[in-house]
Amino acid sequence: MRSQRLLGYAYLAPYLIGLVIFTAIPFLSSLYLSFTSYDLMSSPQWTGLSNYQRLFTRDRTFEKSLSVTLLYVFSTVPLKLAFALFIAAILNYKLKFINVFRTAFYVPSILGGSIAIAVLWRYLFSTEGLVNMAIATLGFGPVDWFGDPTNALFTITLLRCWQFGSAMVIFLAALQSIDKSLYEAASIDGAGKVTTFIFVTLPLLTPVIFFNLVMQMVQAFQEFNGPYIITQGGPLKSTYLLPLYIYEEAFKKFNMGYASAIAWVLFAIIMVLTLVAFWSSKKWVYYAGDKRS
Amino acid sequence: MTDIHLSNTTSIRTQDEAAAAKRARMDLISSVVRYALLFGVGFLMLYPLIWLVGASFKTNSEIFSGAGFLPNSPTVEGYVRGWQTSTPYTFGRFFWNSFLIILPKVIGTAISCTMVAYAFARFDFPFKKILFGSVIAVLLLPNVVTRIPQYILFRDLGWLDSFLPLWVPSALAGDAFFVFMLVQFLRSLPTDMEEAARVDGANSLQTLVFIVVPMLGPALVSVCLFQFMWTMNDFLGPLIYISSVDKYPVSLALKLSIDTTEAFEWNRILAMSVLTITPALVVFFAAQRYFIEGISAGGRKG
Repeated sequence: MRSQRLLGYAYLAPYLIGLVIFTAIPFLSSLYLSFTSYDLMSSPQWTGLSNYQRLFTRDRTFEKSLSVTLLYVFSTVPLKLAFALFIAAILNYKLKFINVFRTAFYVPSILGGSIAIAVLWRYLFSTEGLVNMAIATLGFGPVDWFGDPTNALFTITLLRCWQFGSAMVIFLAALQSIDKSLYEAASIDGAGKVTTFIFVTLPLLTPVIFFNLVMQMVQAFQEFNGPYIITQGGPLKSTYLLPLYIYEEAFKKFNMGYASAIAWVLFAIIMVLTLVAFWSSKKWVYYAGDKRS
Repeated sequence: MTDIHLSNTTSIRTQDEAAAAKRARMDLISSVVRYALLFGVGFLMLYPLIWLVGASFKTNSEIFSGAGFLPNSPTVEGYVRGWQTSTPYTFGRFFWNSFLIILPKVIGTAISCTMVAYAFARFDFPFKKILFGSVIAVLLLPNVVTRIPQYILFRDLGWLDSFLPLWVPSALAGDAFFVFMLVQFLRSLPTDMEEAARVDGANSLQTLVFIVVPMLGPALVSVCLFQFMWTMNDFLGPLIYISSVDKYPVSLALKLSIDTTEAFEWNRILAMSVLTITPALVVFFAAQRYFIEGISAGGRKG
C-alpha cells in the first residue's frame, strides 16, 4: 500500500513540480510584487499600498479600463451564451444534416483567438468594409465602427459572440442527454413548446449554463487579442481592456510592480464573481438526484 | 375533409388522426423554420471566412469595391508577395517556427497529462482530494495573475527569446484542462483489463503504456488536437517571450506584416491570413469528431 502511494506521487510528479514552480510561486510573487516598485533593473522596492492607492484614487486610465472591461464582460458573456443556447435548441431536433450544421457553427471557434481572424475583423468593419456594404443594401448609411467609442467595443463583442461554437456544443450535448419521457409527460399535461422549454428544459440545463457562464466569464475578463489587434485599445481608450493595460505596463514600460497590482485587482474581480456564481448556484442550479452520466 | 372522416369512422379515431395530421403539419412548419434559421445564421457566420478566401485572390483595388467573394480577375500576387514578407525571411520560416513550438509542446502535454491523469484516476495517496481540487483551481486561475512572475523567472533562467517558456510549463502538465479531461475519461473506463494485466505480472508503468494509453486513445487525440490548435493560435505567449524575428511563429509574423506592409496592400495580409488559418482548418475537418467529443466531455459533470 505504501508503494502504491509512492507510485501515485511518482506519476503526479510533473504536475506537482509545475504547480509549485509555474503556478504557486508566481501567484504569491505577483501578490508581493503588487506592493512594490520594480523595473527589472534594480531589485523590487517595497512601497506598501501605494500602487493600489494610485490605482483607485489617481489613475484615470485604470478607472476607464475597469469600466470598459466590466461593460465588455457583462455584454459579451450573456449575449454569447444566449445565442449558443438558442442555436443549440434549434439543432436539438431530428434534422437532417445536423452534424453539418454543428460543424459549420463550430468553425469560428476553432479559429478562436487567431490573429488572422482579428485581422479579418479589421477589414469587415472598416468604413468601406463588408459589414457597411451589407448595411448599405438595407438602406442604412455607413457606420463608423472603429471611430466611435461604443461601436468599437461592440465589434469585439461581436467577434467573441461569433465564436459561440464551444458553448453551443456543450449545450447541445446536454440537450441530447435529456430524457425524452420528460417531454412526453409535459406534452400529456398540455404544456406547449415554450412552456416546456422554460419549465422542463432550462432547469435541466442549469448545470451546463453554470459551467459555460463561469468559463466564458473567466475567459472574457482576459480578452487581449481582440483589442490589441483590432482597435489597439482605442478610440479614446474605449476598448482598452484591463489585460491590455497590464500588458503595456508590464512589457512595454516594465512597471512590473504596478502591473502586478492591476493584475491582482482583475484577479480579485474574477474571483469574487466566480465565488458569487458558485454560491448562488445552490439556489438556481438543479442537479438531478439520480446519477446518470 | 374532416366531415368525410367523421361519417366513416368513430369520433375517437378521427380525433387521433386530426391530432396526428396537426402534429405532422406542426412538425413540417417547425422543420422549415429551423432550417431557414440555421441556413441564415450559418451563412452569416461563414460568409466572412468565404469572403476572406475570395478576397485573398483579388487585386488590392477590388477588395473594397464589392461584397462578392469571387474575384473578377483572380491573382496570386497577394500570396507571392505576402510570402516574401518585408523581413529577410519568408513565411516558410515562420511556419517552421510554429511547428518547432507546437511539436514538443504537444508531445510534452500528452505524456505529462496522461501520467497525472493516471495518478488521479487509479492511485490512492494522501491529499488526493486537495490536489485534485488544485487542478480545478489552476483551471480557473486567470493566467494574467501569474504571467509577470513567470516572465521574471524565465528571464532569470536565461530562457527569454527561446521556445523553452512555451514548452516547459505544458510539459509539466500545466494545462489543467487536459488533466481534468483525461481524469474524467479515465474514471469512466472499467479497470478489469488493468487488473488482469496486474495479475499477469505487469507493473504499473507497463499497465499504463500497454493497457491504459490505448484505451485513452480518442481522449488523447482530442488533447493533442486542442493543444495544436491553441498553440497555433497563441499570440500573447510568443509576443511576450520571443523577440527575434527569426524565431517568430506565424501569429507574430502576421502581426508584423500588418505593421510593416503599406496601408493599401491588403491582399498580401489577407492571403497570409488565409495561410495561417489553413492548418487549423485542415486538422479540424480531418478530425472534427474528436473536437466535438472533447468539448462535450469537458462540459460533463464528474
